Amino acid sequence: MSSSQALSRNTILDSVRANQPAARSMPIIPHFHTNKPADLVATFSQSIARMAGVVVTEHVPDFDSFLRTKFSDAKVICSAIPEYAGTIKPASLNHWSEASTIDVCVLRSPMGVAETGSILLSDLELQVNTIAFLAHDLVVLLDPKQIVGNIHDAYEHPYFKLRSYSVLMTGPSGSGDIGGIVVHPAQAAKTLTVLLSPAPDAVQRAG
Amino acid sequence: MSSPVDQAKNAEAFLADTAHEARLDKLLWAMRMRRDAAARLVPEWEELRTLASEIKEHTLSNLAQYLIQFEARATANGIIVHWARDAHEHNQIVYDLLAEQGTDILVKSKSMLTEECELRPFLERRGIRVTETDLGERIQQLDDQPPGHIVGPAIHKTNKDVAVLFSQKYGSDANNEDTAYLAGVMRENTRPDFLHAPAGMTGANFVVAETGAIVVATNEGNADLSANTPQLHICSVGIEKIIPTTESLGVFIRLLARSATGDAITQYTSMFRGPRKGAAMHVILVDNGRSARLGMQRFWHSLKCIRCAACMNTCPVYRRSGGLSYGATYMGPIGIIMMPTFELRKYSELPFASTLNGSCSNVCPVKIDIHEQIYGWREVMEENDQIQVVKKEAMRIADEVLSHPTLYQIATATLSTALEVLPHFAIYNRLNAWGKHRDVPEAATKTFHEWYRNNRPRTNEVDR
Repeated sequence: MSSSQALSRNTILDSVRANQPAARSMPIIPHFHTNKPADLVATFSQSIARMAGVVVTEHVPDFDSFLRTKFSDAKVICSAIPEYAGTIKPASLNHWSEASTIDVCVLRSPMGVAETGSILLSDLELQVNTIAFLAHDLVVLLDPKQIVGNIHDAYEHPYFKLRSYSVLMTGPSGSGDIGGIVVHPAQAAKTLTVLLSPAPDAVQRAG
Repeated sequence: MSSPVDQAKNAEAFLADTAHEARLDKLLWAMRMRRDAAARLVPEWEELRTLASEIKEHTLSNLAQYLIQFEARATANGIIVHWARDAHEHNQIVYDLLAEQGTDILVKSKSMLTEECELRPFLERRGIRVTETDLGERIQQLDDQPPGHIVGPAIHKTNKDVAVLFSQKYGSDANNEDTAYLAGVMRENTRPDFLHAPAGMTGANFVVAETGAIVVATNEGNADLSANTPQLHICSVGIEKIIPTTESLGVFIRLLARSATGDAITQYTSMFRGPRKGAAMHVILVDNGRSARLGMQRFWHSLKCIRCAACMNTCPVYRRSGGLSYGATYMGPIGIIMMPTFELRKYSELPFASTLNGSCSNVCPVKIDIHEQIYGWREVMEENDQIQVVKKEAMRIADEVLSHPTLYQIATATLSTALEVLPHFAIYNRLNAWGKHRDVPEAATKTFHEWYRNNRPRTNEVDR
């Protein structure tokens, strides 16, 4: 740290110490589980629908044909999941800005949140963080068993203490900045489709 | 020394444009209603508000310790932490980082702190092209206006205003006022900058001491793009934004979007805990008067603010006069109690831009006693001789009348007659600031005292 930075740091900390009020105690934070929804999948689906996300609850026997039908114009499909090849993998992108060439991006989320309809993604799933923002359409697989009740439960996920980047994503990008009416898309993904699908290792265990 | 911002006078121009004024009022009130509906769906809402207030008070009263903890954790994660005592120091740090990288384009997401520091003009004077990537903020940048609202910077503009502006700046169709079309014009024109800018900048809604992480909440995805696409991510954050733990973050995330727009959460609630491989992340911790405010016994609670703007959406003065009338970075009720800490004289009139109805305090998710602080600032202005002569004289007369029961009774008894017989100019003149843009209501034919004398029960009636 330069001497001018050390001076600024010390000046600020000295001023804070001199001025901060007498210490107040930290409250205990309950998780409010008494209000937990009975059906997490139904609540998750309703919550994400309010944010313009789409949930597919029925079984999809042929994932490739599902994608080709839903996104018939898609040329570049980037798959960040091992069980589906797509046309490219995140590792093939030389620069993070190249993700703008992606039409559809396929991911798996390790957690959903019923209260808000959010899905968790981190740099672990994304590999190249921009694929979730520069791609036009997102398809995210989520094991229904990995849906938690509320935001308090969500922030217990270890990613928030381990990963460099993590995001609770809730629907496609939107903006209410003109006229107070939310429109989609804004700057990032145009659509978000969540496919409820058991994690591969869960399927193997069940088999 | 700056002359005081005359909020009432500035509001006159906005009020004169009845179409804009009525639209803003309706729009913001709808947001307030959505906030109420969202809060009602959360049974523990009031408990969350209390928790949020207590967590903030705990953190602010142990702020030095948490700042040091954040610095240590963030540094361990690979973030370079800077300290800025004031706006100039902050701006210089940002410029030096950009200059070191040889950058002349910066994409940035919305940050009220950078508005407070006047970063954009500072950088532009030094040859850096800055693209605001939040739709509302970009509209205001293109129109050369500051934000009019801290959540929706261009909320006072109509679709027509934006269509005309975009046609002038981007060559789009001036007659197409469709919101989705206009958002598309923004997307088309911003994306090239996201892809090519070597540096990106964000603010932060929260800073987590325990993990050294910053948290940014947006709907457009522009903060994630600004932070993730370029090689350099700079984050500016006020020292009061710190919270102790990831666990405590949950309380604030549950309150923030519901209070702001009525949504349960923003589209993207993103946490940056360190740089990605091969890239750099810098966090600038900015004081700029905050540590001094922490020592103001009556006013330090304003540092609890999480910038949801619920107090603006509910405020009848803000809704009818527009955010630009405050002539300040932070506007509405929260602005009234923050701005005088930056410059007392310049913002000495702001505490009078309030009805003191208390609605702002009632909706505040962190329970800041906003209307009581507004009253407190009025007292400060009086103590510091910052009150206009007209206001002072009106208050002196009121004080005289209200402290003498006989005078008060005469005044109220003659009011009805006076309003009937006095000519218009005697009621509506510059001494009656309240009467501008408002009709004085008809006075009751009887005063309460008169009514009570005629209707009070006789002693024997009560006994029976």
